[in-house]
Amino acid sequence: MFNKQYKNMQSADKNIQWYKSRFEAFEQGLNGEKSKPVHALRRNAFRIFSENGFPTTRQEEWRFTNISPITKIEFQPVLNFEANGISKADIKEYTVAGAARAVFINGMFSKELSDTGMLPDNVIIGNIANVLEEDTGTVQPYIDRMASAPENAFTALNTAFLRDGVFMLVPKNTIIERPVQLIFLASDSKYAYAAQPRNIITVESDSRCKIIETYIGLAGNTYLTNTVTEILLHENSHLEHNKLQVESLNAFHIGTARIIMHARSNYTSNVFSLGGSLVRNNIDVVMDAESSECTLNGLTLGTGTQVIDNHTAVDHAKPNCSSRELYKSILGSESRGVFNGKIIVRKNAQKTDAQQANRTLLLSDNAVMNTKPQLEIFADDVKCTHGAAIGQLDDEQIFYLRSRGIGLDAARDILTLAFAGDVINKITIEPLRFQVEKIVFNSLDNSKARQKRKTVSV
Amino acid sequence: MSLLEIKKLHAAVNGKEILHGINLEVNEGEIHAIMGPNGSGKSTLAGVLAGRDIYSVTEGQVLYRGKDLLQMSPEERAREGLFLAFQYPLEIPGVNNSYFLKSALNAVRKHNGLDELDAMDFLHLLKQKTKIIGMDESFLNRPVNEGFSGGEKKRNEIFHMAVLEPKLSVLDETDSGLDIDALKSVSEGVNRLRSKENSTIVVTHYQRLLNYIVPDFVHVLVDGVIVKSGNKDLALKLEELGYDWVRENVQQTV
Ligand SMILES: Nc1ncnc2c1ncn2[C@@H]1O[C@H](COP(=O)(O)OP(=O)(O)O)[C@@H](O)[C@H]1O
Ligand SMILES: [Mg+2]
Repeated sequence: MFNKQYKNMQSADKNIQWYKSRFEAFEQGLNGEKSKPVHALRRNAFRIFSENGFPTTRQEEWRFTNISPITKIEFQPVLNFEANGISKADIKEYTVAGAARAVFINGMFSKELSDTGMLPDNVIIGNIANVLEEDTGTVQPYIDRMASAPENAFTALNTAFLRDGVFMLVPKNTIIERPVQLIFLASDSKYAYAAQPRNIITVESDSRCKIIETYIGLAGNTYLTNTVTEILLHENSHLEHNKLQVESLNAFHIGTARIIMHARSNYTSNVFSLGGSLVRNNIDVVMDAESSECTLNGLTLGTGTQVIDNHTAVDHAKPNCSSRELYKSILGSESRGVFNGKIIVRKNAQKTDAQQANRTLLLSDNAVMNTKPQLEIFADDVKCTHGAAIGQLDDEQIFYLRSRGIGLDAARDILTLAFAGDVINKITIEPLRFQVEKIVFNSLDNSKARQKRKTVSV
Repeated sequence: MSLLEIKKLHAAVNGKEILHGINLEVNEGEIHAIMGPNGSGKSTLAGVLAGRDIYSVTEGQVLYRGKDLLQMSPEERAREGLFLAFQYPLEIPGVNNSYFLKSALNAVRKHNGLDELDAMDFLHLLKQKTKIIGMDESFLNRPVNEGFSGGEKKRNEIFHMAVLEPKLSVLDETDSGLDIDALKSVSEGVNRLRSKENSTIVVTHYQRLLNYIVPDFVHVLVDGVIVKSGNKDLALKLEELGYDWVRENVQQTV
């Protein structure tokens, strides 16, 4: 036992040595940028990362999710753009009709595949690599603010190798009708790489927009996506933030979103996790002013031996805010789901109204769900409810469908999709909703083929 | 021609035998009523016919269109034209009625070598059937039975039947929960769907329904056995004298 632990520690240590060598190589290639303020942030983040190392299951935040497989692989951080032979045809299935589009290949911006021309002229949208190069000074404050708290090892690692991603600023009084889709493609590759995009999205007061983050693995290879999206919502701004994740089933995906909300702002997050062998989503919302509303929805589909972990945290820092949370998981085969929903209500955050629900559908006897609400309430005049339920498909419902001529597998699929339906229906972008519905439905079929479940025979 | 032949059927639930040797033959075009007090095994019989797996058949045989019904999966039975209107229709949240019926009808059609209906033809068919049953079209886009009143659920069962056009329908207490107007219109729907080839087994414990759906035969089921069979007058007699009358009668003949 001791030996094994020691060995693992050694491998994690070795892995940090690996990133150290990569960081040095990165710095050597930087030339002039080394003296820019952003590089001080990188250095600081790398120092924190190398001091703390990767988290282990002994840390409360990572209790159910052992990330040691990630520490056993030497992922090569992607620092330069390569097209990798990817063309528009490769993304066709995932593009959302009518949306403006920024496309990234292995974390680096692809000008050729992107099209943001149809957005209103006053909207600033660009890629970070380019923005840093131009160094106009407008973006620096945003970068400073976002990168200042790399307490999480993966966020620190992302900051250390900060290179590219989306920078978007929606100015005051602007309503963007078209959704903005950010597509992150992972290409096939002979070596394992780390794609680490960093996205910074700011919506100024009285403005509204809808964004979609789409993560796609184009092949079945092993790589790491370690992505961080930082969002700042000013007074009375609205953002619908959708995320569809269909990475390679051999890939790792760590996705962090940090959202700061100002007064009367409104944030909705819809997260669909389908791909990846090991997935961790962190969503941290800070409701930093009065009368804001946030809604967090999630749907997880686990097959094979996938591990999909959703950690959400809503910090009710000020009074009169409401939060609504609905996370659902559908777990087949030997997949495992984790949900940890933290709700903090600060001492002065009176009249907080927080609701949280976590529901899981287990499609196999070997699938496992770990769910944990974590309420930390310091105010007294609040309304907080939470509930967790884990169940299976209902035999009587299955029989009802079969009694009408619907086959067993189709009956299971229909009921499973119905379970997922209320989360899918939260998407207000119609073409995206259809797309997600189709992808979810198709993966149900796939999961069935892969999954050796005992069929009910009559 | 014989559509259904039940021979010496014994069935159990949770290891307890409920049906103790049922014999029943239903020919094409006939309507049979099965009457019996609560707990006599009516729903058990209906469930066995539809293939609900909580019931185990311990003895006996069921031939449907000459084939061994008990060897067939529930969906095969349905595709071969057997239909059960549930005593307690299930609610299926998140699945709307028309999507549900489209999946069902296309599965049945495919089994019978017919092309799947496209969206237009299917919608046309649905609308036509809602008229026959006297159901509001708004029910098409609602989740199956969710939030329906008791009567609406029963009417929806008959609507399913109208769309699927089964050869043999088993209506399990379709009358319970219906007020007199609903009873009339649902019965009217059932009657309109009648034909020389189709047969119906009407399960009920009140005679009332049989004023509207007039049976060719009436069978009385008590404690898992058919104790008496006759024509529609038997139902009237039962209504007048109650099930105790049959029970006493049976004891006398034993
Ligand atoms: N799932 C079950 N488990 C145990 N007993 C059952 C079950 N279903 C039915 N029964 C019993 O079987 C008998 C017949 O029930 P049922 O067929 O529903 O009667 P009916 O429809 O004539 O009212 C009753 O005694 C009932 O309690
Ligand atoms: Mg009954």
